[in-house]
Amino acid sequence: MEIRVNPTRMELKKLQARYATARRGHKLLKDKCDGLMQQFLEIVREARRLRAELEPKLTAAYASFAAAGAVSDPKMLQTALLLPRKSAEVDVTFRNRMSVNVPQFSAETGGETELCNYGFAFTGGSIDAAILTLSKLREPMLRMAQLEKEAMLMADEIERTRRRVNALEHIMIPQYLAGIRQIKLKLDENERGNITRLMKVKDMMLAAQMQQRKDFIPDESDAE
Amino acid sequence: MYKIGIIGAGECVSAFLALGFSVMEATDGASAAAALHAAAKTGEYAVLFLDEALAAAIPEDIARYADDPLPAVVVLPGKNGSMGMGAAALKNAMERAIGADIL
Repeated sequence: MEIRVNPTRMELKKLQARYATARRGHKLLKDKCDGLMQQFLEIVREARRLRAELEPKLTAAYASFAAAGAVSDPKMLQTALLLPRKSAEVDVTFRNRMSVNVPQFSAETGGETELCNYGFAFTGGSIDAAILTLSKLREPMLRMAQLEKEAMLMADEIERTRRRVNALEHIMIPQYLAGIRQIKLKLDENERGNITRLMKVKDMMLAAQMQQRKDFIPDESDAE
Repeated sequence: MYKIGIIGAGECVSAFLALGFSVMEATDGASAAAALHAAAKTGEYAVLFLDEALAAAIPEDIARYADDPLPAVVVLPGKNGSMGMGAAALKNAMERAIGADIL
């Protein structure tokens, strides 16, 4: 779709400036998109590796916990787990990755004794083992959450940047170029029109001068 | 400081009580969605883990938080093993960003 512009030199200057800005913006955004893509692929690769490692471990931890629960009284087990010594808290800071603010999670890791906040007299050793297995997965779980969140946020930013690059490349820049060409053609046409008009006026003036001269000098045939 | 929450069926998630996670029990998609939105609304949670079986029932509710910096909603496998939902979420992100899963 072409833009409607007034064919003036002022408008031409404006369009040329916009075209230069669009070209510069397009290059910058394309570079940003490439950078984002590179980091995104690294994050996804790492997140996939971590998930592939973590999922079987979690299933195994559930199984060991279920096995521990099978040999314990469910009420007693519930009571033992009900009050943890410390609630899991996570500190969140934001890091700017290619203009995307991604959260970074860091959790306080307590010792093993902090986990078992129950009397050992009425609980089996299998529960302790199951909880310890699960506690070892807390760090990788948080790391996986962070990587997956980063991947989601960066995917959104890549999509947005790509749309901008495409809009500049396929709509804005061609529109500006067409507008510049349109104005140049019109200005050239006006210039040619002016030259033709001047030539015509000059011809007319010369013809008038010739006629004057002719009228001033008496014709030889009349003298005879 | 933010909390870590986990939403899922009782026997699966109760183990996380010992780790200090905030456990929200949910038995079906509707209760899981309600727990998810309630937890997200408080703004106290940085990470919300969600059982895969329940997550499969509420993909639109999870997608609402995909582009927000917090909370990070992460799908975890259930006691019967992984259904591949977590990997599928990464695949979707990849397709959204690049157009195809090239890894």
